[in-house]
Amino acid sequence: METSFALTGKGYVIVAADTTAARSIVKMKVDEDKIKELSSHLLMAYSGEPGDTVQFAEYVERNIRLYQIRNLYPLRPSAAASWVRRSLAESLRSRNSYTVSLLLGGYDLATHTPNLYWIDYLGTSVEVPFAAHGYGSYFALSLLDRYHDPEASLEEGLATLKRCIDEVSKRLVVSPGKYKVKIVDKDGVREVEL
Amino acid sequence: MARRYDSRTTIFSPEGRLYQIEYAMEAISHAGTVLGVLAKDGVVLAAEKRVTGKLLDLSGAKEGGYGGSGEKMFLLNSNVIGGVAGITSDANSLVNYARTVAQQHLLQYNEDIPVELLAQRLCDMKQGYTQYGGLRPFGVSLLYAGYDPHYQFQLYHSDPSGNYSGWKATCIGANNGTAQSLLKQEYKDDISVKDAIGLVLRVMSKTMDSTTLGSEKLEFAVLTYDEAAKAPKAKIYKPSEIDALLKSEGLAKKDEDTEMKST
Repeated sequence: METSFALTGKGYVIVAADTTAARSIVKMKVDEDKIKELSSHLLMAYSGEPGDTVQFAEYVERNIRLYQIRNLYPLRPSAAASWVRRSLAESLRSRNSYTVSLLLGGYDLATHTPNLYWIDYLGTSVEVPFAAHGYGSYFALSLLDRYHDPEASLEEGLATLKRCIDEVSKRLVVSPGKYKVKIVDKDGVREVEL
Repeated sequence: MARRYDSRTTIFSPEGRLYQIEYAMEAISHAGTVLGVLAKDGVVLAAEKRVTGKLLDLSGAKEGGYGGSGEKMFLLNSNVIGGVAGITSDANSLVNYARTVAQQHLLQYNEDIPVELLAQRLCDMKQGYTQYGGLRPFGVSLLYAGYDPHYQFQLYHSDPSGNYSGWKATCIGANNGTAQSLLKQEYKDDISVKDAIGLVLRVMSKTMDSTTLGSEKLEFAVLTYDEAAKAPKAKIYKPSEIDALLKSEGLAKKDEDTEMKST
């Protein structure tokens, strides 16, 4: 089942999402990238209703790019999260709403802080130190509560993420096999292998 | 067919000029002076009021409101103060538009609008009025004193053509040439707000027609950063505060009676 995690540390945000694309009981693909790079310092992990996810993620990606082209500077993570939240809240009140869950992680170049936002399809947006979506969240959140440290180095942060992934693999009946992990810090976004 | 003539208001002349814009700029160069100085820890604005008189009811400016007499200094958003020179009614309409744009940004992105973006949005509108038929340009130049986390303190100027530019110190309205050359001589990089206030008042007293400064002819505003609230702090001075400031800077009007006594 779909699972995504994210956590902040000293000057960075780590975002991880599983890579399976499934339909009903069938695994269709095991190398799907569910983390979009919205701008040079902004990452968004998306999950939820297949179809909705990609459609909405692309909509967000292009609107954020448009803002950047029009206004000379990119949206700050807090502003981007507010915009995405509003889009989902408006969608919820339309005939066909998007059913997507998002984790938005970014590095704010104006205040030099990492920011992470947990957003769901109901238009909830919360700034959090760590977050998870999907079945994996039932196992990972308690772990993160115990082990998360906002001042942790990148190595320690990745170790905490590894704990979450291992726990989900161990306990969840239909656990995803592979994860993609991306990091955003002052130098921008990059992908890492666990 | 009035349209046959009206649509020609803002087309190029054979010499390649747009007369309506030049006339608008001319109108502004007769308006009350507005002066802005960017300091390292804030921005200072001062303006010369033109509509004065003994019978003018200023009770609204003395009490209530957010300061200023509503002629030249306006709070556009919690992080931007606007100083206007030109046709006051045109300015009111632009100020109203600016406030709407700023609030729309706040609603959509949950942050104060970046200063340059606000200036840009107003300029987009001003430019539109130089191009479409049957319209005349806004007879207004603005100074925007603002703060945002991208570039901290900023000072912008926009004119009726829709051009805008960022400045360390600038001046619009009557005698702007004199004021700008004074500012060029006296401005220093990393000037503090305290020094900038003095500089602004000194330049203002030299460019204004009247010999002495007083709250009846002057509007004044300062934008600083409130460390405790972690937010920019816009202050538009009330008349009594302006007089107190002038007194502390030693530029206040001297009481004629005391002068008589001393001689």
